Amino acid sequence: MGITFRKETFRDDFTFRNSPEHIRRFPFPFHEDSYMYAVNIEPHVVGPKGSVLENLIDVDEHYVAEMQDRALVLAEDPLRCQSLPHMTLAGWDLLELLMEQQALGYPEHFMLIRDGDRWRWINRPLGIDDSFTFGDVSTLPYGPMEYITRQSQGDFCILDQRDGNLWMDAGMVTTQADWSLDFDIGMNFFEWHAPVPLAHEKGIFVRALKFLTNIQQGKPARRLNWTMTINPRLDTSPENYHKWGPDRATVTPENVGDKVHLRVELQSFWRLPRSNAIVFPIRCYLIKMDELVTQPKWARRLHRVIRDLPEELATYKGLTRYRPTLVEWLSKLDDGSATSAGFGPD
Amino acid sequence: MAAKSIISRPVYGTLSPQPGKHHLFIADAEGALAIADLAAKAPADFFGGAHIIFIPGRDGKYADALEALKPAQFYLGHSFASALPRLKQTLANAHMGLRLYLAGTEGLIGQAMQAALEAGIDHTSIQTEHRGSLARRMQCVHCKGITENVTTQPATCSHCGLLLLVRDHYSRRLAAFQGVCINAEDRSEIPPIEEVFR
Repeated sequence: MGITFRKETFRDDFTFRNSPEHIRRFPFPFHEDSYMYAVNIEPHVVGPKGSVLENLIDVDEHYVAEMQDRALVLAEDPLRCQSLPHMTLAGWDLLELLMEQQALGYPEHFMLIRDGDRWRWINRPLGIDDSFTFGDVSTLPYGPMEYITRQSQGDFCILDQRDGNLWMDAGMVTTQADWSLDFDIGMNFFEWHAPVPLAHEKGIFVRALKFLTNIQQGKPARRLNWTMTINPRLDTSPENYHKWGPDRATVTPENVGDKVHLRVELQSFWRLPRSNAIVFPIRCYLIKMDELVTQPKWARRLHRVIRDLPEELATYKGLTRYRPTLVEWLSKLDDGSATSAGFGPD
Repeated sequence: MAAKSIISRPVYGTLSPQPGKHHLFIADAEGALAIADLAAKAPADFFGGAHIIFIPGRDGKYADALEALKPAQFYLGHSFASALPRLKQTLANAHMGLRLYLAGTEGLIGQAMQAALEAGIDHTSIQTEHRGSLARRMQCVHCKGITENVTTQPATCSHCGLLLLVRDHYSRRLAAFQGVCINAEDRSEIPPIEEVFR
């Protein structure tokens, strides 16, 4: 039996929820009771059954609803998907990767049939059955990157590698944590990370770039990043900040559990075979506080992390306005007892 | 000189004569002084292969000093917009050995560099020197409109009217700093508006 896809929304009435199984598999990002930046990159290898790492490209119960939300964002603002002219080959590389991985992990939902350059792609959850010629843009309804990323959860950045640097030269970015593809496209690794506080001084980006430019084909890597979002809103873009920003002023002691969401990005990094570009999927997972604190270890740990977060990081992540309310609410769930090592729930 | 800030913010140098067959200068206002300083260090026949595009701006000064350098071509523009078609054609017809020198306000340097990037010139090969006003060219991240000559922090978007924090985050492709709504979370908060980019 396959995945039961939820009917839910990430805007307006915000009906997004996680099922109990999805709460247990949530990629909780804190392995200890405090947080500071690190180059926390590890090999992206398959993890335990039932975890978000069971497949290297994860498809979950939110797939159909997320793809519907992406279509709404693109209809409002087509600039969220852009590809500089030299990036088309990398788009085909990405199409191949995502079709292969989704068909491999979820054969009951996706099927890829290849006969030389003649390909047929069947996506049952979205009701798609398309035949096309690999490498011939005229045989698809969109460019290859846009076509496949309208059918894949998470944002995708394709980074061209040249002059010892990585260049943000293509992307599909509709679920971002407050950064603009339209502004950053064409920038190199240091430039697009320029606004991040503290990490430059720690040499994080120099080391991360060295690691990323050496990624080999067939050996992807991953890291987790996190922030918080008020309401389960996928589109927290700077473009729409004036629309979602007021949400941050709506948090009260009564609604913390329902409104405040931990937002975790599972970022992975893959070398693409034809273009030698790196694709950087940024897969976003949301969980509301009421769901998260059903795991007592996570409740205790999150309390300590948020309470002790350096002020610059709290500001950068946009927590300032509601942090005291959140910490007060979480403190009632923290009896001060020790938390076990590692990310997972007890 | 602009204060040092984040990595995406452009860093400007001092113009110096480069080896090359042709030399294209684009400058506005006090940028002319950077060209004059370069001329003092340049070989005798240097400006015989030079094309100067100069936009004097409101003060209308310095044009005579540049013309006195006897460049092969000298163009006096009323605005960057009026100089742009000429600049684009010059770049499109350029051959190997063209060197590019940009001097003056950040808005002028940024827009001339944008035209050069579109013509396939690597930004690291371009000589730049900032002179004069610190006024910024700003893109509103919300409505995408560009507001020219921003001197205040925060600044009002001339297109959608939102009050924007003018960030140091800069895009060479757009030739603009990023403006982000400063009171998005509570529109009733109106921070003081100060003139900081003069």
